[in-house]
Amino acid sequence: MIRYIFTRIGYMIITLFIIILLSFLLMKALPGSPFNDERLPETQKELLYKKYGLDKPVPIQFGIYLTNLVQGDLGISFVLDNRPVTKIIQERIGASAILGFQAVTVGTLIGLLLGIVAALRHNTVIDYGATVLAVLGISIPSFVFAGFLQYWVGVKLGWLPIAFWNGFEYSILPTIALAVGVVATIARFTRIEMLEVLNQEYILTARSKGLSNSVIITKHGIRNALIPIITIIGPLTVNTITGSLVIEKIFSIPGLGEQFVNSIITNDYQLIMGTTIFYAVLFVSVILVIDILYGFIDPRIRVIGGE
Amino acid sequence: MKKILEVKNLSISFNTQNGEVQAVRNVSFDLFEGETLAIVGESGSGKSVTSKSLLRLNPAETTMLKNGQILYNEKNILTCREQEIRAIRGAEISMIFQDPMTALNPTMTIGSQIAESIKKHSTLRGNQITERVHELLQLVGIKEADKRYKQYPHQFSGGMRQRIVIAMALACEPRIIIADEPTTALDVSIQAQILELLKNIQKKMNLSIIFITHDLGVVAKMADRVAVMYAGKIIEIGLVDEIFYHCQHPYTQGLLAAMPNPDIETNTLYAIPGTPPNLLQPPIGDAFAARNNQALKIDFLEEPPMFKVSDTHYAATWLLHEQAPKMIPIHQQLAQAERKEREKAPVFDTTKPYLTLQGVKQHFKLDKNAINKAVDGITFDIYKGEIFGLVGESGCGKSTTGRSIIGLNILTDGDIHIDGRNINEAKTKQEKLAFNRKVQMIFQDPYSSLNPRMKIADIIAEGLAIHGVPKSEWRAKIYELLNIVGLTKEYANRYPHELSGGQRQRIGIARALAVEPELIIADEPISALDVSIQAQIVNLLKKLQKERELTYLFIAHDLSMVKYISNRIGVMYRGKIVELAESHELYDHPIHPYTKALLSAIPLPDPKLERERQRIIFNEAEYNATNRESESFTEVRPGHFVMLTEEELTQYDQVNSESIPL
Amino acid sequence: MTTEVTDNATVKKYPPDLFEPASQSEFVDNFTYRPEQSFWQDAWLGLRKNKAAIVGLCIIILVILLAIFGPFMNSHGYDEQNLARTNLPPKIPVLENISFLGLNGVDSRGVDQYEAKGISEDFWFGTDELGRDLWTRIWQGTRISLYIAFLAATIDLIIGVAYGAISAFYGGRTDNIMQRIIEVLVGIPGLIINILLILILKPGIISITIAMVIVGWISMARIVRAQILKLKTYEFVLASRTLGASNQRLIWKHLIPNTLGPIIVATTFTIPGAIFTEALLSFIGLGLQPPTASLGTIVNDSYKLLRIYPHGMIFSSIVISLIMISFNLLGDGLRDAFDPKIRK
Repeated sequence: MIRYIFTRIGYMIITLFIIILLSFLLMKALPGSPFNDERLPETQKELLYKKYGLDKPVPIQFGIYLTNLVQGDLGISFVLDNRPVTKIIQERIGASAILGFQAVTVGTLIGLLLGIVAALRHNTVIDYGATVLAVLGISIPSFVFAGFLQYWVGVKLGWLPIAFWNGFEYSILPTIALAVGVVATIARFTRIEMLEVLNQEYILTARSKGLSNSVIITKHGIRNALIPIITIIGPLTVNTITGSLVIEKIFSIPGLGEQFVNSIITNDYQLIMGTTIFYAVLFVSVILVIDILYGFIDPRIRVIGGE
Repeated sequence: MKKILEVKNLSISFNTQNGEVQAVRNVSFDLFEGETLAIVGESGSGKSVTSKSLLRLNPAETTMLKNGQILYNEKNILTCREQEIRAIRGAEISMIFQDPMTALNPTMTIGSQIAESIKKHSTLRGNQITERVHELLQLVGIKEADKRYKQYPHQFSGGMRQRIVIAMALACEPRIIIADEPTTALDVSIQAQILELLKNIQKKMNLSIIFITHDLGVVAKMADRVAVMYAGKIIEIGLVDEIFYHCQHPYTQGLLAAMPNPDIETNTLYAIPGTPPNLLQPPIGDAFAARNNQALKIDFLEEPPMFKVSDTHYAATWLLHEQAPKMIPIHQQLAQAERKEREKAPVFDTTKPYLTLQGVKQHFKLDKNAINKAVDGITFDIYKGEIFGLVGESGCGKSTTGRSIIGLNILTDGDIHIDGRNINEAKTKQEKLAFNRKVQMIFQDPYSSLNPRMKIADIIAEGLAIHGVPKSEWRAKIYELLNIVGLTKEYANRYPHELSGGQRQRIGIARALAVEPELIIADEPISALDVSIQAQIVNLLKKLQKERELTYLFIAHDLSMVKYISNRIGVMYRGKIVELAESHELYDHPIHPYTKALLSAIPLPDPKLERERQRIIFNEAEYNATNRESESFTEVRPGHFVMLTEEELTQYDQVNSESIPL
Repeated sequence: MTTEVTDNATVKKYPPDLFEPASQSEFVDNFTYRPEQSFWQDAWLGLRKNKAAIVGLCIIILVILLAIFGPFMNSHGYDEQNLARTNLPPKIPVLENISFLGLNGVDSRGVDQYEAKGISEDFWFGTDELGRDLWTRIWQGTRISLYIAFLAATIDLIIGVAYGAISAFYGGRTDNIMQRIIEVLVGIPGLIINILLILILKPGIISITIAMVIVGWISMARIVRAQILKLKTYEFVLASRTLGASNQRLIWKHLIPNTLGPIIVATTFTIPGAIFTEALLSFIGLGLQPPTASLGTIVNDSYKLLRIYPHGMIFSSIVISLIMISFNLLGDGLRDAFDPKIRK
């Protein structure tokens, strides 16, 4: 188990290294990026030369860049008054974190419920209804859904605020918009897993013991179906975070996603790079944590040995 | 004897894509207190469906109960309320399933899985339950119960898991146990242990057991009474001796004749022709008539009723009608025919073996530190025209040996010579192809051994294509091969999924024969087939061997079939051949403790013999604990080699120098 | 014994000739359990039973036809601007008489824009803020979106199948190294790498496709590898090897044909994924540059006008959602059809 964790961390580091290298080369290659811009004001140029050693050979420049990164220095945004990127991320992460957390937890819970009910009522109206909902949820792009949610619930019905971030009610619509995909994916996966588990022979064994249906479903069915579902929560979280780029833009939420999209529009390369690396670390860690968690939850992996 | 369960006119159908499958058709039987009733039948005979319906465990969505009653304690199990059936399940009647690998919940400790039904059905609570579980684990022979209580299923071997399943079934001291092929997934020696365990517990607890199986040897060992099922019906039922020694139905007779009996010499097995009927449209009359070449006209017109043979013995065949002609039962016919032509033991040229293995080792690297020594230094010869049997339990390396000979693995060490040439020296493409022509293989699983995307003709022609036979000759060759393996031309245009298991195995044989090989490695070619089909394939293999002067390496775990087909047998244990001798010699005078145990573990289809037999137990732990460095493969009797240490050899010499005359 | 013995049967007399042996001709070879059909026919039959998948397939065909011929169905070009007819609501002959559909040229304030602006021509999907015909633009955009999606899916398929097949077929060290590479690549978040690459390459059909392919092929490679690894242990592959089959033969006759099912299913799911990614990129400002339009850029443009002129957003959203739903439905159906285990 420990060896497994270390190998995984090893891969994670290589992956991150590649992303960072790519980011760095991008900065060097792109015309108009601060590393490569003739028209940059003299003061900023000086700052850059001092900070990144731009007069030194490229590998050494990369070394300096990397050292800065490890120390948590992601550079300076020239568009936003020379403010450090780390600072900007710190300011912006709060709203994004709340939004992402709400969407993933609410989405997962509803999705599980929907999936389990659909499996238990296999081939009934409930099952078909849940399946249709899941296909729609997976298929309709989140920004389309968000746009219409905003238009009808926010503008036409006027029930909820449609933009900005001033309290819980402001988070409801964006959370729904983000959670729809989560609900659909989890529901679909849970339904299939549950059906598979309910067909296993140990369910028959449990029935032959005279256990009631509710005990069979909860103790033998759901528990076994849930284990593989943990594995998709990692990628799903990553999808939700990327989805939040658009959702935050649509609902004008002062989160990291909105900032990121703005930085693309304003060509704020330092901020793009910094946020990219931050996202990469976040994604890779989430997947790692979920993988390790999986190992701990499944006794077939956790407990080795016997005969 | 007290009647404990009564099944009356049970008929069950399943809804499938293709229509209604009449899986069980008008089945009636009783179960008495303390007895074991075996229900025997081939796959699709309805035996499993019948047994599951006793606890109403068939899937509710597709199952249609057409008719019948199952009476237990004056209650009809088929119509009682859900609450009532749950109170019976596990407490009064419990079930043991076929595959212990899938019958246990992988994420729950075995202790809590056993405790579950105790909690449900008894008043025991807390520590009392834990104590009861410990008691049960000890009862089924699991040591260190307090430690193992908290372990998960994957920490137990297959045999141990089946013990846990049995403990679970016994948890609430039920009166009836339904065992659905409980040992089919296990090796013979483990099977013997589990069967003995069931027998002991039955005696202790006065249980009634319904034992579902396809293995007549197991029936002879376990059953007091036997019900034979065919095409969803019970066609014969009676005491175990009545069924084995006085069976009336031609199907029962055929089944018994299809089993090689190691104590009776025969040259061909009786093979029931054809395949079981399709239960989407069950035939009218006697369902077996289409496969019975002594069928009467009435067999095709009217269903035979149950005729009474004795107070305990009934059979559904028109042969018992007073107007029926007197027929000689199939198995007796066969014995008479055998007496007429008795073959001489074949003589082989032992100076020039066709296949030679010398110190062959095949190790596989599992990960950085672990090596699987699948084959660990084996040496033997196979003579031209010989059938050499290689037996052993799962994981002993017998299949790996076969694959190494045919070049599917690169040898770790040692030499293999085929027809005088070292296979390691075949380097060029041409040499390798020439070698491939000489040796061919027949595989175990008829479902995975044919490419589902290719037509039968293309499958058979593959060898022709690879070896450059001109396309114009293919058609004639394919038809010829189909004919040789007993199939018609029409099969050439079909796809594998349209064929039954036995037919697929025939295609596999035709594919191997296409390149006209001299040596055929048959890797468990019959173990996935039903008894009646097994005999067909074995007879075909024997016939081909005679006609084409083939040499066989016959790999199997079923010792009785191997003994029947082989000239000589090698017994493998943990990557080594521990004993090698002519088949009679090995069977009559086993020397190695493993061989002795293996032979005594095989249940024989002869209840009288089974009652007398004592199983010899191989103490594996002790055997592996002794220092085996000095062991060598010694010829202790002419042509009879055993792997013994020096110490064991001296011991053997002392004991045997006087007793057995050479 | 309660086994019922029908006593009348034992007593009942039958015509004696019934108890003569039956003639051999009465034996029938009953090997035909199913009508002859190939694997593909079998899969097609399975798919045909799945109504949702067939509906999906029909919609896909319809959308493809419209994407090809839709832009030619009126005389407007997709980038033909006319400020005299900006933001016209949709108006379709005949359907305009059904009021709740809102296809009568009346905008959200209840003004018939066609009358107000004096336009006699009907714009079926209306026009955008530059007066471009949305019907032409949406189908033109669909064409580009589908083109990108199919291109990306095809390249994914080629790279993924080759990589997965080589990795699984050769096994050992080759497989080990190739798998380590995949494990590193799979950790890279797809959208991030898309954004970086498009920043370098500048938005365009090719750059967007390349960006999607960079990580897109990995899942295909994994599926193919898993399937071939499984097939390699199947006895028909061993049988072919013992007959002396060359690697070419093993791959093309045995392994690839039996991997087609999972490959087709995976590709069916890749296409909606690619359409979504393209649209998402457009939405964050990395989409195709005007005047070229894809579904994503049209949705993005019309989103800005959603509150005043919702028709553009409605039509483009419906088209993009329909495509996504249809491909997902078809993919589900294909998966069931190719995998008899799930088939009920």
